[in-house]
Amino acid sequence: MNREDLLQGLKGRDPRAIARAISLVEDGDPLADAILGSLDESRIEQALVLGMTGPPGAGKSTLTDQIIAGYRARSQRIGVIAIDPSSAISGGAFLGDRIRMMRHALDSDVIVRSMATRGRLGGLCAAAGAAVRILASSGCSPVIIETVGVGQSEMDIIRLADVTTLVLAPGLGDDIQAMKAGLLEVADILVVNKADCVGAETLAMDMEAVARESRDKGGSTEVCMTVASEGRGIAELMQTVEALEKQYRQGGEHARRRQHAYDLEVLDWALELLRPELLEKIAKSGSNRTGDPRLKAAGILRQI
Amino acid sequence: MAGRSRKYRVLIGKPGLDGHDRGAKILARALRDAGFEAVYTGIRRTADEIAAAAVQEDVSAVGLSSLSGAHLRLFPAVVEALKQRGAGDIPVLGGGVIPDEDLAALKQAGIVEVYTPGTPLAQVVEAFENACDRHQKGRSGK
Repeated sequence: MNREDLLQGLKGRDPRAIARAISLVEDGDPLADAILGSLDESRIEQALVLGMTGPPGAGKSTLTDQIIAGYRARSQRIGVIAIDPSSAISGGAFLGDRIRMMRHALDSDVIVRSMATRGRLGGLCAAAGAAVRILASSGCSPVIIETVGVGQSEMDIIRLADVTTLVLAPGLGDDIQAMKAGLLEVADILVVNKADCVGAETLAMDMEAVARESRDKGGSTEVCMTVASEGRGIAELMQTVEALEKQYRQGGEHARRRQHAYDLEVLDWALELLRPELLEKIAKSGSNRTGDPRLKAAGILRQI
Repeated sequence: MAGRSRKYRVLIGKPGLDGHDRGAKILARALRDAGFEAVYTGIRRTADEIAAAAVQEDVSAVGLSSLSGAHLRLFPAVVEALKQRGAGDIPVLGGGVIPDEDLAALKQAGIVEVYTPGTPLAQVVEAFENACDRHQKGRSGK
């Protein structure tokens, strides 16, 4: 697919062109500038970006599958970026999120894209952000970003979202303890999934307490109960998402988040674009590994 | 991995009504350990579903596993479905319980490699590497 075919295909919402575009941007191809420069900014502004995070096994992909079905019933075109970790040892990844969403595989208005974290120090935010923009520009709204909520880079990705849901399930108590300082603070909706399982009510009560505390501080955290495998609670969850989106758009929170996400993406891209030159400069001075690393870094930056 | 500037993305699919996917999962994990990004479709997929997923995921190769005896119908159906979606350039590899006398027919139908039980994993991984290399070259040549 040459440059013209690709850009033409993107305009025409050709599935192959959309998929190629995401890969080329993710791989840092020279065509990335042309691709990202051709996007429909007004569509990107109008689209809802919905973050789905939570511990492994909480039911994020199953919930995403149900939400897709919900929006498709209203004929909305929908995009999903499903992020799974890369192996720190081999650099490879096993991407299994779309298994739960395969019933939508033949629906041309459902675009599911698996993305690996690629063990990057940075760049994931930039790559995920670009994929969101490409899908939104092709008419997808909402665009769902699904990621396991551990680690700083995942936290950053989730901040690209307009509305963030944290999916929890009973029996994963230890994970919840571990996340208390992080994700509970940024989530707009706390979803207690597997609500038919033992322990769900206790978890829901804990989450209500978290939500109350947030509201006392002027936040608007909501709690939803779902049984994703049976489609229960999905309509209520979608209503809550929409109510929050409306509230955020009217109250200025939406714009504030978009600005924050924009700055985050620009920073990530700047570092990403700088990386090759930095690596080259470090390699060049490789024989002289003396002195403080921070001072060395400052010296290299002065040369650029 | 270090010699390759871009990560190869591949899709492992289970076409048809065959629910035995240990082999498919072992292969997906072996590919992961060899530095590939391996997308898995899960069991009981139609040829068209696998082709649609391969296009959306922009993979450089598709691997199919079948242990039910329906490979002569299902593997070529995936090749055909990819063509119909304008993705005939994506190579398809196959494996599973496949009698020797069917190998020629599968190759004829466009399956680039076919592996039967007992094949060392490293050999299959290498075949994916080669298939992806060729696909990438074909792309950059355009």
